[in-house]
Amino acid sequence: MLELLSFGPNGWGGQLLMGTAMTVAVAVSAFAFGILVGSLGASAKLSHSLALNVVADVYTTIVRGIPELLVIYLLFFGGSGVATSIAAAFGYDGRVDLNAFTIGVLAVGLISGAYSTEVIRGAVQSVPFGQIEAARACGMSRWLILRRVLVPQTLRFALPGLGNVWQLTLKDTALVSVTALAELMRITHLAAGATRQPFLFYSTAAVLYLMLTTISTAFFNRAEISANRGVRRA
Amino acid sequence: MNWQLMWDSLPRMLGGLSLTLQLIVGSLALGALVAFGVALLRLSGNRVVETLAAAYVFVFRGTPLLVQIFLVYYGLGQFEFIRDSILWPFLREPYWCAILALTLNTGAYTSEVLRGAILSVPQGQVEAARACGMSRALAFRRIVLPVAIRQMLPAYGNEVILMVKATSLASTITLMEVTGIARRMIAQTFAVFELFIVAGAIYLVLNFIATRLIKFAEWRLTPYLRARA
Repeated sequence: MLELLSFGPNGWGGQLLMGTAMTVAVAVSAFAFGILVGSLGASAKLSHSLALNVVADVYTTIVRGIPELLVIYLLFFGGSGVATSIAAAFGYDGRVDLNAFTIGVLAVGLISGAYSTEVIRGAVQSVPFGQIEAARACGMSRWLILRRVLVPQTLRFALPGLGNVWQLTLKDTALVSVTALAELMRITHLAAGATRQPFLFYSTAAVLYLMLTTISTAFFNRAEISANRGVRRA
Repeated sequence: MNWQLMWDSLPRMLGGLSLTLQLIVGSLALGALVAFGVALLRLSGNRVVETLAAAYVFVFRGTPLLVQIFLVYYGLGQFEFIRDSILWPFLREPYWCAILALTLNTGAYTSEVLRGAILSVPQGQVEAARACGMSRALAFRRIVLPVAIRQMLPAYGNEVILMVKATSLASTITLMEVTGIARRMIAQTFAVFELFIVAGAIYLVLNFIATRLIKFAEWRLTPYLRARA
């Protein structure tokens, strides 16, 4: 029975490995996109413009309050239409089709971004205001303050929260399998159907996901230690 | 924006609401029982039992819920002895498979919340209860558990919201709850945004009600924190 998991001609080992690689690719891209969205969202929430505050609040409330699967269906069925109309606004009059990978990254990234927004907002707010004042008193420009004072410390404060967001993002990528993107869950589903060994393959997928989450927990722990190496412990 | 279609789709979507609510309430109630048992096992002091309970929590928190649902729905039926067992009439129904997977999932998360809450009860209170002559069981029932439940409510509120959203995955094993109906209607009409808004609004309302209920429970359980009139 374990032959089915091997890398030989009858085995699904190679495909499962490719699927795992695809899962990691979607998760990393979506997480990165989510941090970008989260930084924008956090700056919108912290800005003095009421309109931006409201937009960011609506975004995080809606995305965090509705099922991830619905967001994925929205992008899956509606993403290409929106992309086409955006392209049309720039004078391109063909049809734009987003591929499954792009749809997956956009959907999971938007979900991830809503959680990142809150994490980053909290981290920015925990940088003591006195430090900003001190930097300003030293004559630093806004950009210099951002680069030298705010961002490095925000990263350190945000790291534990972003670690949680990463775990959520990694597990959310399994939902992208409904768009038939060949990531781990989709390959597992195909293998389970073809071999009639669903238990074997779904438990293999569970083990692979466990390995990914365990490795990333270790990675984030090390990153935290390294980010805090200059901080005295209480 | 096709308002008429949105309005017309509402009754059909709300037709799935009953199933969504059953999944939420059923898995939260059963999950609370599982969480209670697992939290006690994790604090039992017996190394073997603690390791087993920790392994359960590790597996269910470290894998996607979709894998768990498919493992229960497709995976269990593979075995002869399960198909011959008295549980088969339940396990062949997607409804009970969804409830089982959701229960095990929320049980793992909630047991950690409850364990943290039990550990946060000040040792002095337990000592005081013991000094008053309460047995360990009585002290747990009268002192530790009520304080722990109050303590865990905010974190449990997050878990409730996660569960409201998680029930949407039941649509992947043919259950026609709100998300399943929305998906089918989108495929039929291609009115993606209209139907997304209607389905999303239903979940937002559910989550709004859930957070209010938790807030109310918190308010009821913390009379001493209210400003005295």
